[in-house]
Amino acid sequence: MTTIAQTRQRANDRANRRRDPFRATPLTKAALLFAILLSVFPIYWMIVIASRTTSQAVDTPPPLLPGGNLGENIARVFATEDAHFITGLTNSLIVTSTVTLSVVLISTLAGFAFARLRFRGRKLLLGSILLTMMVPIQQMGIVPLYQLMVNLGWTGTLQAVILPFLLNGFGVFMMTQYTEQAVPHELVEAARVDGATTMRIYWNVILPAVRPGMAVLALQVFMLNWNEFMWPLIVLTPENPTVQVSIAFLTGQHTADYALIFTGTALSVLPLLIVFIAFGRQIVGGLMEGAVKA
Amino acid sequence: MSLHVDTDRTGRAPAPPRGSRHGRRGSKGRRERTGRFDLRVTPYLLISPYFLLFAVFGIFPLGFTLWVSLQKYELAGDAEFAGLDNYIKLMSDGDFWNAVVNTVGIFILSTVPQLILALLLANALNKRIRGRLFFRLGVLIPLITSVVAVAVVFTQLYGRDYGMINWVLNLVGIDNIAWQNEKWSSWLAIATMVDWRWTGYNAIIYLAAMQTIGRDLYEAASIDGATPRRQFWQITLPMLRPTIIFTVFVSTIGGLTLFAEPVLFNNGTMTGGSNGQFQTVAMYIVEQGFRRFEYGYAATVAWMLFVLILIGVLINYALVRRIGGGSR
Repeated sequence: MTTIAQTRQRANDRANRRRDPFRATPLTKAALLFAILLSVFPIYWMIVIASRTTSQAVDTPPPLLPGGNLGENIARVFATEDAHFITGLTNSLIVTSTVTLSVVLISTLAGFAFARLRFRGRKLLLGSILLTMMVPIQQMGIVPLYQLMVNLGWTGTLQAVILPFLLNGFGVFMMTQYTEQAVPHELVEAARVDGATTMRIYWNVILPAVRPGMAVLALQVFMLNWNEFMWPLIVLTPENPTVQVSIAFLTGQHTADYALIFTGTALSVLPLLIVFIAFGRQIVGGLMEGAVKA
Repeated sequence: MSLHVDTDRTGRAPAPPRGSRHGRRGSKGRRERTGRFDLRVTPYLLISPYFLLFAVFGIFPLGFTLWVSLQKYELAGDAEFAGLDNYIKLMSDGDFWNAVVNTVGIFILSTVPQLILALLLANALNKRIRGRLFFRLGVLIPLITSVVAVAVVFTQLYGRDYGMINWVLNLVGIDNIAWQNEKWSSWLAIATMVDWRWTGYNAIIYLAAMQTIGRDLYEAASIDGATPRRQFWQITLPMLRPTIIFTVFVSTIGGLTLFAEPVLFNNGTMTGGSNGQFQTVAMYIVEQGFRRFEYGYAATVAWMLFVLILIGVLINYALVRRIGGGSR
């Protein structure tokens, strides 16, 4: 069946090609390849410098191919005591995983309620979430947030960089939309008829159905939180940093040693690169799906 | 798990659904009571984690920011009511206005080319082409590079003595530029960092919207002899308006709160160059609040940042609304 359909499709394509507005001209292809080149080059460059010696990094003309010093540079980054790089990496992994898991949990719970339950004030509360999505709370409220952390005695601790980021209106909004689309009303009703409690419905009906949406949200939250810079820079100490703060410290203290700085930077990008390579298709798919609904 | 529910239901299929529901309710009074509680209260329990966080880390900081901004409040001393003093001081604070000009300047310099490039890129990605996923992933890869990494790499590329960009410029006979030293050059350098990271993301968003436009529209247009360029202006762009508004909105918030790129462009300092030539408003907040410990004043600047974002969103909205509006 599919083969016949495909053959027919192909024949159709061939017939339409001449007046097909979606045909890619050689110019289009060249432009796209150029765009890819520009996109990839800075990352490639990061690897080139990270695998060179400190003196090669400032050669003229600049080196264009990777060298053989990556291992040595990595050892140097880890040995740079004042940067606390290993602590930074570990902290970032702890903070980002905690934030990701919590935001996904909070968002699926609230998304379920907003999408499939009836209660007084539902529209108003959902509206208030949409409204606050426009406010960059972490930047605007930075002074009182800091005061709060001082009063709680939490400055320099990981909970100080975890808790404020559990507040994620986008997550709730996204899971509300996803639940609406992925879980038919009838499914929830049927479970109710069978006497399931709301929590049971959440566990047995909603969670299995929204799993793909959860994955996309998790990926986005992970990437966003891994990159967080301003708030950790202020509330954490150089001795107990996240990886981004650690790199800022490297650049500040070892200004000229690009091989060292770039190795640290490359290491900090590595977890995201792994996520991207493993889940690239889902990330693109999730972004595109979200965009159409927004 | 959801399958389990379905089979259960089909198992009782012979009985009419309404009757069966009625029968169940009548026979189990206790379940009904807990059931009502469950229906009434559980929804609020489900949304309570979010709103609890919202109260502590959302409403409280914003409200407190407003309160602090009305105080003379420094590190060691207590808060002392100052009324609108901070706001009056702000109005004549040259450094603040310098930061506003920088922020808006970098924002325009980065957002306008970025969104135009993203549109063109999306249009190209929307063509029938082999290796679609490869190209989509390719343009998206900058997004996963952390802001700090982007800033570090570009700052090196823009280095005065050993940077690759100056090396290339030397080849065509232009002398080394100290990119940090002037307003125009530092703005340009920072804008390229922002653009590099976000153009692909916006292109993917536009692409998604483009794919919802019916292909028959384009086919009809090409039969009528409309060139691809004309189709882009007359069909694609007007249909994309809501998406463009969305991306402009996101870029406005991101652009006006710009922080990491300009900070790392100058070795992690908050001053934005010797004369503050690329100090943004977010950097100014941190400088006032956490380098000079003028909490009250920093909070005032924070509120002005919010006002700035509001104005930015409104202006952009008004501008973008006119896209494709001419034909109506």
